[in-house]
Amino acid sequence: MDLTRRQILELTAASAALAGVASLPVFAATEEAKARAARTAAMLADFVGSSTPQPGRIALNVAELQENGFSVPITVNVDSPMTVDDYVAEVLILADLNPDPGVLRLAFTPMSGSATVTTRIRLARTQTLIAVAKMNDGTTYIDKKFIKVTIGGCGA
Amino acid sequence: MAASSSKPRVKVPETAKKGDIIVIKTLVRHMMESGHRTDRKTGEKIPRMIINSFSATFEGQPVFSAIIEPAVSANPYLQFTAKVERSGTFEFLWIDDEGVEYRTSRSITVEG
Repeated sequence: MDLTRRQILELTAASAALAGVASLPVFAATEEAKARAARTAAMLADFVGSSTPQPGRIALNVAELQENGFSVPITVNVDSPMTVDDYVAEVLILADLNPDPGVLRLAFTPMSGSATVTTRIRLARTQTLIAVAKMNDGTTYIDKKFIKVTIGGCGA
Repeated sequence: MAASSSKPRVKVPETAKKGDIIVIKTLVRHMMESGHRTDRKTGEKIPRMIINSFSATFEGQPVFSAIIEPAVSANPYLQFTAKVERSGTFEFLWIDDEGVEYRTSRSITVEG
């Protein structure tokens, strides 16, 4: 097959564009991604203190596929009687590959009646959303959801 | 601190029965500039300017509060619950990075 100079240039440009697309999902392997994941781990460790977060009691409700990272609806719910003796004190929500992993730190009291919160957040890219609940006795519970984001929503 | 003239939008049921757990929906208009965006003309970072905290109280008692980060969407929406035992007034307060306060309140009549 004989290619003209123009055809070769076009092919080169097309393959470069393809390579660019293909390299996007590899963000998780970059130094920046490792730094963000490390910040997430540090914030999580700071929140849970000496406790080891257990699965269960807390549930993150969010659709796995998100077209628009600028506005991702999420609901977090913690199973608790919310009495003076037994209630959810705090919930921390983190997005591990956002430029700042912190999303929200929620504080409840027995007057909250339940620990159920719905909000809308920004996700810069495909990543894991983490929610940790701290009970009034200091025990902690964790849930994680991997969310695929089509258009990132942080401008970063 | 400065007070904003912008009125937050809050939905609280007007009436409830004693012991009910009611749903409260709140939204305040705010651009929530994340601090991560770059001005395309100057190439400089646009400074962060967000609502950084929210609190809801009932007759002076804390019900729910939140520390808010730039990862919360523009016009931050928060839906949460409250257990009501008597009639009274909920007070809602948002504060942004410049110290501007956004306030509103809602009263509820509790029967039974």
